[in-house]
Amino acid sequence: MSEPEPGSGRTVLLVARREFRTRVRSRSFAIGTGLIVVLLAGLVLMQSLLFGRSEHTTVGLAGQATALAAPLRSTAHTLGRDVDVQEVTGPAAGVEAVRSGRLDALVTGAPDALRVTVKDQLDGTVRAALVSIVQQQVLDAQFAEVGLDPKQVSQNVAAAGIRVTALEPADPQRGQRLALGFVTAFVLYFSLVFFGSAVAQGVVEEKSSRVVEVLLATVRPWQLLAGKVLGLGAVGLLQLLVIGAAGVGLATATHALPVPGAALGALGAGVLWYLLGYFLYATVFAAAGSLVSRQEDVQGVLTPIILVIAVAFVVGVNLLLRDPADPASTVLSLLPPFAPVLMPGRIAAGVAPAWQVLLAVLLALAAIAALTWLGGRIYAGAVLRTGARVRLRDALR
Amino acid sequence: MHDTVLAVDRIAKRYGDVVALDGMTFDVRAGELFGFVGSNGAGKTTTMRIVLGVLAADAGEVRWRGRPITLADRRRIGYLPEERGLYPRMRVLDHLVYLGELHGMGTNAAIGAAERWISRIGLRAHRDDRVQQLSLGNQQRVQLAAALVHAPEALVLDEPFSGLDPVAVDVLAAVLRERAEAGVPVIFSSHQLDLVERLCDRVGIVRSGRMVACGTVDELRAGGSARLTVTAPQAPPGWADGLPGVRVLGTEGPRTLLELADGADDQSVLRAALATGPVQEFSRHRPSLTELFRDAVTAETRAA
Ligand SMILES: Nc1ncnc2c1ncn2[C@@H]1O[C@H](COP(=O)(O)OP(=O)(O)OP(=O)(O)O)[C@@H](O)[C@H]1O
Ligand SMILES: [Mg+2]
Repeated sequence: MSEPEPGSGRTVLLVARREFRTRVRSRSFAIGTGLIVVLLAGLVLMQSLLFGRSEHTTVGLAGQATALAAPLRSTAHTLGRDVDVQEVTGPAAGVEAVRSGRLDALVTGAPDALRVTVKDQLDGTVRAALVSIVQQQVLDAQFAEVGLDPKQVSQNVAAAGIRVTALEPADPQRGQRLALGFVTAFVLYFSLVFFGSAVAQGVVEEKSSRVVEVLLATVRPWQLLAGKVLGLGAVGLLQLLVIGAAGVGLATATHALPVPGAALGALGAGVLWYLLGYFLYATVFAAAGSLVSRQEDVQGVLTPIILVIAVAFVVGVNLLLRDPADPASTVLSLLPPFAPVLMPGRIAAGVAPAWQVLLAVLLALAAIAALTWLGGRIYAGAVLRTGARVRLRDALR
Repeated sequence: MHDTVLAVDRIAKRYGDVVALDGMTFDVRAGELFGFVGSNGAGKTTTMRIVLGVLAADAGEVRWRGRPITLADRRRIGYLPEERGLYPRMRVLDHLVYLGELHGMGTNAAIGAAERWISRIGLRAHRDDRVQQLSLGNQQRVQLAAALVHAPEALVLDEPFSGLDPVAVDVLAAVLRERAEAGVPVIFSSHQLDLVERLCDRVGIVRSGRMVACGTVDELRAGGSARLTVTAPQAPPGWADGLPGVRVLGTEGPRTLLELADGADDQSVLRAALATGPVQEFSRHRPSLTELFRDAVTAETRAA
């Protein structure tokens, strides 16, 4: 009788279940998850403060509009906003000032037909103040005439408005999206490093305690490795979902994100990329761990791997914040070692076209296949060798 | 009863320049206790690890019931490795259940078996303790229970008695006897030769990676020669030299230990002793396992 593998699936599941239970019941899991949620809450809160209102606004007035200085200041004040009003010599100089950022807005034109020029978008309070001033102007003008139909009057008032011209129109949610991208990249970076290290530490624990010999007398190395990777990966996924749910909940509650769909989308992309990144790195971490026999030596073999993920995070976030469409961040976000941190960040920032996402996923899948094969071989070759650090060459023989 | 369960056939293993095993061959039969003895570094542990597949042999074959052993067969073996090891932070019961399940037991069966072995091996009070909280001897008991929990069809135990207190030694000896009587072949290594002699049906003596003697203690004795102990206080040194078929193994004070070649006459030895003066002790006995073992080891140093 030649039964091939006695219940491989069950064995892997048993190992995974042990890993999952041990980890989820541990104090470090609860503390770690709590810490991230708190951190996230802080970020969301900061964000709603930062993007909710900018400090104060400088408005330039040119031509006939200079007459509006006093009413604008007082109306804005009643709306709770300090507005600095400056007179500019002409529309051309005003536009230049707006472009360079010295002015937040330039107001020109007749008081009943105001034109506003801004860089990207007009502050809501200033807009409200201007509109109410214009309507007041129209109303005053109408009263000056005699025998008007009241219906006509109210129609004219309602029609009165301002025309806003943006010099460099931008996605109104750009800031929020960038922040979302940053948070996503951070959570993924953290998860990958944390659970990757957990895999390595688990491997070393089994080696240093020598329990691996009892296990491998009844289980194949790949079954033990697969069980460990799946079990810890499931813990990571659980944590990610808890953090994600907390994040989406917080963002919705504080209205930090005007687009509720964006958070859910980021969460979905985050989960996908967590899985890709985790499976990409898990066997690498496991292989590295299997080379040493003592907990003290783990850090030494893990540092290079963690460094790669950290570089992806730091470089990626910098590029992302400066310009998410930058070619450098685009290229990096396609490469498997960096994609798991960068791509979800770019997706959340809304700058990753579908073909790039697909390409990155395919590349990551190919890399996972290659690294799982290589890492599995190193692990199987090294896990039973105790004592000195195993050289890669010996492990692969 | 000669149904061989486990056969080790001409296994060879080198570590670089060190030859650890060199044509190691023996078999273990259903229902027998097989003692595996040999000096430090002789190759006992290496053999056992190859049987369990945690180490690959360079040459040779391990057979299970007549065919090459597979992982499925190895799952039916209970193994106690020389370097003990369990998950330090797991609780005793959980750990045993987990190992039972890994060996293919259902959860309920594993829980039942784990509870039974915990009681049997005297760990009831430590059932819910973490392994790392136990004393070394108690950890060793857990490790033994781990080798037994899945009702193995063969037991391979590397120095199972080391580190146990006398009560635990008795319990383990009884457990091993009982398993053997249930038809399970048990192979264990030990340096406590009196224990091996008392317990084992057959003994294999290993030297430099080979089996140099294998059989029941009686069979091994048959190969060895009879011994005489003579206490003659007034005998001068060298009194027994030159007696035909007699070799002097050593003297301790008035006492002389002699080895008799086959067919040598013990009465002529007695007469020679009486000729020196009074003889207070004259006894003939068969060599103990310890003596047989020493012979094998001396043969090693002579050969080297
Ligand atoms: N990992 C290893 N690397 C190099 N040599 C080894 C290794 N393991 C064992 N050996 C060598 O193989 C030989 C057999 O060792 P083994 O551990 O099998 O002996 P043993 O009979 O179990 O001894 P002991 O009674 O001391 O436990 C020894 O010469 C030992 O030095
Ligand atoms: Mg040994």
